[in-house]
Amino acid sequence: MKVGLFIPCYIDQLYPKVAVATLELMEKLGLDVYYPTRQTCCGQPLANSGYSHLTYDIDELFTHNFESCDYVVSPSGSCTLHIKEHLHSYKNIGSAQHIKKHIYELVEFLTDVIKVENLKATFPYRVGLHQSCHGQRGLRLASMTERVEVSFSKPKHLLSMVNGLKLIDLTREDECCGFGGTFCVTEEAVSVRMGQDRVADHLNHKAQYITAADMSCLMHMQGILKRQNSNVQVIHIAEILNATL
Amino acid sequence: MKDHAQLAEAFNKDKERVTWHDETLWFVRTKRDKAAHKFAGWEQLRETASQIKNNVLSNLDSYLLQFEANAIKNGITVHWAKDAAQHNQIVLSLLQKHEINSLVKSKSMLTEECHLNEFLQHNGVEVIDTDLGERIVQFRNEPPSHIVLPAIHLKKEDVSDTFHEHLGTEKGNSDPQYLTEAARQHLRETFLTRKLALTGVNFAVAETGEFVVCTNEGNADMGAHLANLHIASMGLEKTIPRREDLGIFLNLLARSATGQPITTYSSHFKRPRNGQEMHIILVDNGRSIQLGRKDFRNSLKCIRCGACMNTCPVYRRSGGHSYHTAVAGPIGSILAPNLDMEKNKDLPFASTLCGSCTNVCPVKIDIHDQLYKWRQEIVKSGYSPKSKTIAMEAMSVSLSKPMVYDISGKALRFTLRYAPFVINNKLNPWYKQRDMPAAPENSFKKWYDENRNKKNDNE
Amino acid sequence: MSSRNEILAAIAANKPDYQPLPVGLYTPENGYNIVSRFKENITLIGGAVHKINVISEIEQFLYSNFPSAKRIVTNNEALKNVATHLINTDLDKQIPHELENVDVTILDAPFGVAENGAIWITDESLHHRVLPFITQHLILIIKESSIIASLQDAYAKIGLTDYGYGTFISGPSKTADIEQSLVIGAHGSRSLDVFIIGQAS
Repeated sequence: MKVGLFIPCYIDQLYPKVAVATLELMEKLGLDVYYPTRQTCCGQPLANSGYSHLTYDIDELFTHNFESCDYVVSPSGSCTLHIKEHLHSYKNIGSAQHIKKHIYELVEFLTDVIKVENLKATFPYRVGLHQSCHGQRGLRLASMTERVEVSFSKPKHLLSMVNGLKLIDLTREDECCGFGGTFCVTEEAVSVRMGQDRVADHLNHKAQYITAADMSCLMHMQGILKRQNSNVQVIHIAEILNATL
Repeated sequence: MKDHAQLAEAFNKDKERVTWHDETLWFVRTKRDKAAHKFAGWEQLRETASQIKNNVLSNLDSYLLQFEANAIKNGITVHWAKDAAQHNQIVLSLLQKHEINSLVKSKSMLTEECHLNEFLQHNGVEVIDTDLGERIVQFRNEPPSHIVLPAIHLKKEDVSDTFHEHLGTEKGNSDPQYLTEAARQHLRETFLTRKLALTGVNFAVAETGEFVVCTNEGNADMGAHLANLHIASMGLEKTIPRREDLGIFLNLLARSATGQPITTYSSHFKRPRNGQEMHIILVDNGRSIQLGRKDFRNSLKCIRCGACMNTCPVYRRSGGHSYHTAVAGPIGSILAPNLDMEKNKDLPFASTLCGSCTNVCPVKIDIHDQLYKWRQEIVKSGYSPKSKTIAMEAMSVSLSKPMVYDISGKALRFTLRYAPFVINNKLNPWYKQRDMPAAPENSFKKWYDENRNKKNDNE
Repeated sequence: MSSRNEILAAIAANKPDYQPLPVGLYTPENGYNIVSRFKENITLIGGAVHKINVISEIEQFLYSNFPSAKRIVTNNEALKNVATHLINTDLDKQIPHELENVDVTILDAPFGVAENGAIWITDESLHHRVLPFITQHLILIIKESSIIASLQDAYAKIGLTDYGYGTFISGPSKTADIEQSLVIGAHGSRSLDVFIIGQAS
């Protein structure tokens, strides 16, 4: 089984340790990980801004990079969802279709494809889980409070396997943090307010770390925490699942 | 004209009010959640409603003809209005024909969409809104900020001041019970003396030619049953096939809106009462165009419950007026561009695409997907700023050419590390209230090259 | 072309392919005690429920709760001793505006719906449509055996029967338009008391 690793652009450039943790975790689980070095981005920043017509070349590049993989895995629910919904290739229609069907966000790949039952991870802290919307509602990583459905959470399932980790409850367990791609700058006032409210919920419940399956939400909340001189840290879920003492 | 971001920024100047607005609407959503979770078969009910509405859209012309024929048989006069101007003119003509110069109105978002009040006032007609929230905002010369809770942007102290000025209530008395009683007395007098009542329509039943109006206050009924002339204005899409379909929609509407099991009054008007004239105006105003937009036609399934507003984290923190359109919030943002794309080009961007609206919607409108699709339409139609287009074109080049991407990434990290003032300044909206991430020296790609590729080569 | 024909032509040109009506996707819940559910819902929405065996028990309720009521109207002949007016015989010539000073209206209603706490009334029994709204206080009487489970059942029962006007009433008139604080008694009745007459009678 050849598993392609897709590292979103901002993780590659700004949070390489998240990518390292993802890779190491997958290697620990015995996976044959393939990382195409000519990769860039999923194209979502353009498409969500209304410029999906400028993503053709990005899509072709993406399809070419991952066409030989059985699965593609990415430590981002948002980028994964974008590929799943919007990847399109004129040159290689079949490969693009295959990728759309076989791309997984890291958490769902671990729970649904390789069905991880235990992890040798230790993280002895109070952790708040931020449900990133695209992962939660788009990829259905977890049930949502507005739907009448049996409650489930794939990220919580994995976090429950981590030694010493104490998952805190939140008052609003699945409210958006306000990052929203370019929304974070074009709607700065509302974006920041949403982020402040989300961070406050975690702080009120005495989180030491805030984690999520999307680094973009965490980057936004980190910016707010730092501005408030808070000691609370953000950490990608891959880093926790890969953490040892 | 100010756009959503600017209006939302102004709204956010008063932090405490934003907290209050957010928490109050969140409370309404919580009540909705409780009602939905208590109701066995909620998701099947939504699916049924959604499919009935799909059927309606696919057969709307036949249903309208059926409704018209039955309504006429019942003694109701049916009018057709292509647009807001025709609708307003029909109302005015009826007023003139009966030599009436004032009317009572219960909540109708359609008349807000048509700007009926302004039109009638210009023509010397007095319009009195009778829904309490609408009466409050009408006194203040403001539009409603929410389709179900028109005065949700106001605190009781604001209402107290307004009522003191217009109804002579005690200065400083902001007890909701007291203020509501004052409005009750004032409007009772009005109901008894006005000859024309205008109401909206929640559902129009093709099979029987009747229409249903839902209120909690009883104001639509008070108006209609005391007036000699009842005009009901409805958007074409409010038609449903059969009377029995009301069993589905009445279960969804109030639970989605406020968490009540049903609205206090769900009134079925089939025939005018003896001696009364009843008119219904079927209004298109862009709806038949929206019906032809494959990606957006589902927006016409909306039953105006307001659940998408209450759940929207952006709406709760930007207020209804920041949407500068009759219907605010997520549903308004997918309806408004159809009416005027240029004027409403900002609205589909006033969202993080979190998707909560889609999942709360009782008729399963894919609201957040339509927001995404409107963004594409708006850019394609040339309503995106030139500077943004240039930036996006540059980004497209960088992201489709790995070498350019690597160089730009390196430049970004270099700047963040060694010249942060280039980025961390007041021209950067990110930096205003948030710190930038600390940039690492190397990208993951570089790390991989050093730690995996080279290692593999050595092995 | 008239607006009507223009609109219809535009719809015909723009509507999507025919989608059938759904069949059997949703079935209302069953197997619960519908009378308790009905009471629960009426209470939830600000009404009060009283279980009685004979109509005359309402007389006592009126004496204790509305001692100063000057105008009490009803469509129930059995209450003619306490009521000041019988709707069909005493009020038939009045115009609706003259009902402005009605204190209490007592109406027999054909049935109630448990899942909503809603009670159906048509203008057949009302005579004046405005009555349940313009009255200060509203009392509705239903037979316990006429409480049905769901709105589905309700519309099955109503079928295509003819009426000029019909309404589901669920509670006293209310508003929360000022700061979401619930206030009972907006424009319609200030209270709703529902009397359920037991099976015995």
